[in-house]
Amino acid sequence: MINQSLKNLSQLLASKTVSSVEMTQTFLDRIRQYNPDINAYITVDEDKSLAQAKAADASIAAGTATALTGIPLAQKDIFCANGWKTTCGSKMLANFIAPYDAHVITQFNNVGAVNLGKTNMDEFAMGSSNETSYFGGVKNPWDLTRVPGGSSGGSAAAVAARLCAAATGTDTGGSIRQPASLCGFTGLKPTYGLVSRYGMIAFASSLDQAGPMAKSAEDCALMMNVMAGFDARDSTSLNHPKEDYTAQLNQPLAGLKVGLPKEYFAEGLDGDVAKVIEAAIAEYKKLGAEFVDISLPNANLSIPVYYVLAPAEASSNLSRYDGVRYGHRAAEYDDLMEMYMKSRAEGFGEEVKRRILIGTYVLSAGYYDAYYLKAQKIRHLIAEDFKAAFKQCDIIMGPTVPSTAFKTGEKTGDPIAMYLQDIYTIATNLAGLPGMSVPAGFSHDLPVGLQIIGNYFDEARMLNVAHAYQQVTDWHTAMPKGIA
Amino acid sequence: MEWEVVIGLETHTQLKTKTKIFSGASTAYGAEPNTQACEVSIALPGVLPVLNKEAVQCAIKFGLAIDAEIAPRSVFARKNYFYPDLPKGYQISQFELPVVGKGKVTIQVPAVGKSEAYEKVINITRAHLEEDAGKSVHDLKSDSAVEGMSGIDLNRAGTPLLEIVTEPDMRSAAEAVAYAKKLHELVQWIGICDGNMQEGSFRCDVNVSVRPKGTIELGTRREIKNLNSFKFMQQAIAYETQWQIDTLEDGGKIQQATVLFNPDTGETRTMRSKEEANDYRYFPDPDLLPLEITEADKAAVRAEMSELPEAMKARFESEYALSAYDASTLTSSKEVADYFERVIHGGGDAKLAANWVMGGISAKLNAEDKSIVDSPINAIALAQLIKRIVDGTISNNAAKQVFEAMWLGESDVDAIIDAKGLKQVSDTGAIEAMIDEVLSANQAMIEEFKAGKEKAFNALVGQIMKASKGKANPAQVNIILKEKLSK
Repeated sequence: MINQSLKNLSQLLASKTVSSVEMTQTFLDRIRQYNPDINAYITVDEDKSLAQAKAADASIAAGTATALTGIPLAQKDIFCANGWKTTCGSKMLANFIAPYDAHVITQFNNVGAVNLGKTNMDEFAMGSSNETSYFGGVKNPWDLTRVPGGSSGGSAAAVAARLCAAATGTDTGGSIRQPASLCGFTGLKPTYGLVSRYGMIAFASSLDQAGPMAKSAEDCALMMNVMAGFDARDSTSLNHPKEDYTAQLNQPLAGLKVGLPKEYFAEGLDGDVAKVIEAAIAEYKKLGAEFVDISLPNANLSIPVYYVLAPAEASSNLSRYDGVRYGHRAAEYDDLMEMYMKSRAEGFGEEVKRRILIGTYVLSAGYYDAYYLKAQKIRHLIAEDFKAAFKQCDIIMGPTVPSTAFKTGEKTGDPIAMYLQDIYTIATNLAGLPGMSVPAGFSHDLPVGLQIIGNYFDEARMLNVAHAYQQVTDWHTAMPKGIA
Repeated sequence: MEWEVVIGLETHTQLKTKTKIFSGASTAYGAEPNTQACEVSIALPGVLPVLNKEAVQCAIKFGLAIDAEIAPRSVFARKNYFYPDLPKGYQISQFELPVVGKGKVTIQVPAVGKSEAYEKVINITRAHLEEDAGKSVHDLKSDSAVEGMSGIDLNRAGTPLLEIVTEPDMRSAAEAVAYAKKLHELVQWIGICDGNMQEGSFRCDVNVSVRPKGTIELGTRREIKNLNSFKFMQQAIAYETQWQIDTLEDGGKIQQATVLFNPDTGETRTMRSKEEANDYRYFPDPDLLPLEITEADKAAVRAEMSELPEAMKARFESEYALSAYDASTLTSSKEVADYFERVIHGGGDAKLAANWVMGGISAKLNAEDKSIVDSPINAIALAQLIKRIVDGTISNNAAKQVFEAMWLGESDVDAIIDAKGLKQVSDTGAIEAMIDEVLSANQAMIEEFKAGKEKAFNALVGQIMKASKGKANPAQVNIILKEKLSK
């Protein structure tokens, strides 16, 4: 059961072969068994999950079930869920029980999906290895000495180790796609504004976007049907007509024009990873896709631009964690200033502090024009690069990450090396474009992801492109050894 | 040396919207602490702002009222600083691109001593939308558990404000107060602010600097924060101006600073210097889209707006032949202007209506600290009284007695006139009889009058009026007496 598609799980529930309570219990049992080693979940509340499962069974019995009713899902701990501890991976919010539901949570509650628990993540989504979490690192189920990627590392490990049927993640610079690549599953970051950010704890507001993390493109499509949609509570939510993301899954790929950015195959890309991507390209050629070489000339500026803009927004977004109303407050202080300083010094980890400092610096009087404004201009140029590229092709492909999962601790002393994990993913966030990572093979027994980038609102087409590939390959069904 | 003071104002007007500027929480004043603080007001993790369209309409109204540029595209920015009653750690405001640009407000500066009243145009630099902070309440008393501690009330957090900034155009405390009063009237007139200064709905920050008269360069300014009465504004500016002049004449230098006015001592004192000022690190708020206002949006707001005070003043001058001063006084508030026009529509003569509204009514209201909407004499009743003066039923003096009775609650003008026996005698025969009687008893005065003493005429009129117990129509008395004396 644990390796079944969402469609099959739904059929098992509909045919009453299995109840949602049984299915939920199966995953809860697995979490009990594997989570102590993997540390994918920060919070599990069996009673809450089983109560939802029971309600789902009633709905199934009453004939009011829909595609995801009764399906046990993992929620990244960045989404506020009413009555659930919502930590965002930080000591600052270690005691914070959300009194309201994020839009994404509401959407899943409305269809009767079961919340299995809140997954581990880099603190405030700042990291590419899940090592910045206050609740400890997450292990990559393919090799427990390695990281799962980040920041959605807990959701990634939960999907890879089959500790949930599917999961949610968020992606600010690659936080869905990079862990999907490192843990060997399918992850989609939608067009900016397609999924409401209401109740999703902000890291960098103009870049943050929630999306599905699941075993296959088809599963991601079913998740997208629930997650996407206009929400008046998020002013950046786009009033895009509701789509059925499964509708185009089986369209043939003949004539599909795929662009290969030369910058994504240049120096820095691991040779074995390159070979996996080349094999995937060969497979797509067999499916009828045509390939053209394209260029994204400003792509090399993505990381510097990102590390100006994202910290700038974060430095302001994280100001509300001041120890006054909720969250961590220092035990002892003599005055207000000391309360602020101690609470924030104690409540935030090193990486978060680094980014608050960077962000505060680039917004400071005298530096704003040179950093923030300049970065905004380059951000615009990067979006223009993609606009020009999509005149030559329908879809862009390349590696998701330059290499495979690295060892725990390997890059913690070198922030720049860590930041380079997102070199191929960040540009799409800056442009607001949708991006995916699809399992495409292995290098030394570690998963490699193929990145698929589409034009704005082309999620259905991207899912079709990924699905067609998953019909002729079985990389996405592979499971880590020792997890059965 | 002769000094010149230069003053500019920044006014925070609280907009009269039902809900907060970025959330659905109520803005009603006076609720129990933190009962109007929703998840957005307390800045829970994950919440997002959504702009209140009503607040935008208020800004457009103001822009139209001062004939200002209304930006087709303006941007909300974050002003970052830490304070316990600022829940997000930043205030959403507008910085580089405000919603309202350059405009004008015409003020009437009243006569003081030998200087005459005059009009002056004050240039508005900009007006921008922003959210208010909450309140810190110090030294809590009510509850023993928190006694002596500071509390945070976030009911006000997120209340919409329009901050209106002038050019440094004012040259005296009187001009600054005249501007503040005019603005106070205007924002109430167009219905965007309740004007309640005690509740903080209208708060002024005043920038004051001095320079030698005749020079162009501005002196270093100090900002007096949060003045919530016109009297305090007058006192604070007077004190601050003199303090700056004294400091400079003593060879000192003015340091840029923010100061507070203490109404008990009448003095200003430094709150923080420029060095202590925050670097607010403004940047566009990524949670909000730029605010776009189309010509159609402006037209829709304009269509809903009633006549503006300047237009109404001009109309009063031409339509009712009022002086500029009277027209200006009667358009000092929408309520007064509306009352005045209702008196006219009720049949009252315009000049008399103006005199009664600015005279008797205004004096009574002032004495009893009432607003015209609370006047015991409604406009129709006043019109009725004026009609009885015009048609000669009662004299001006008798009208005053009727007015007193009306003020105390009686409403039927004719009934009061009858009950008090105030009807004028306009019967020519009766008046002639009274005049003859008085003339026969005052032969000496007739001689005086004939000898050229005009005063004697007035004395005779007085005698006749006395004989009629004040009821004779004075105009008729005058005419008939003149006839008889000229024979």
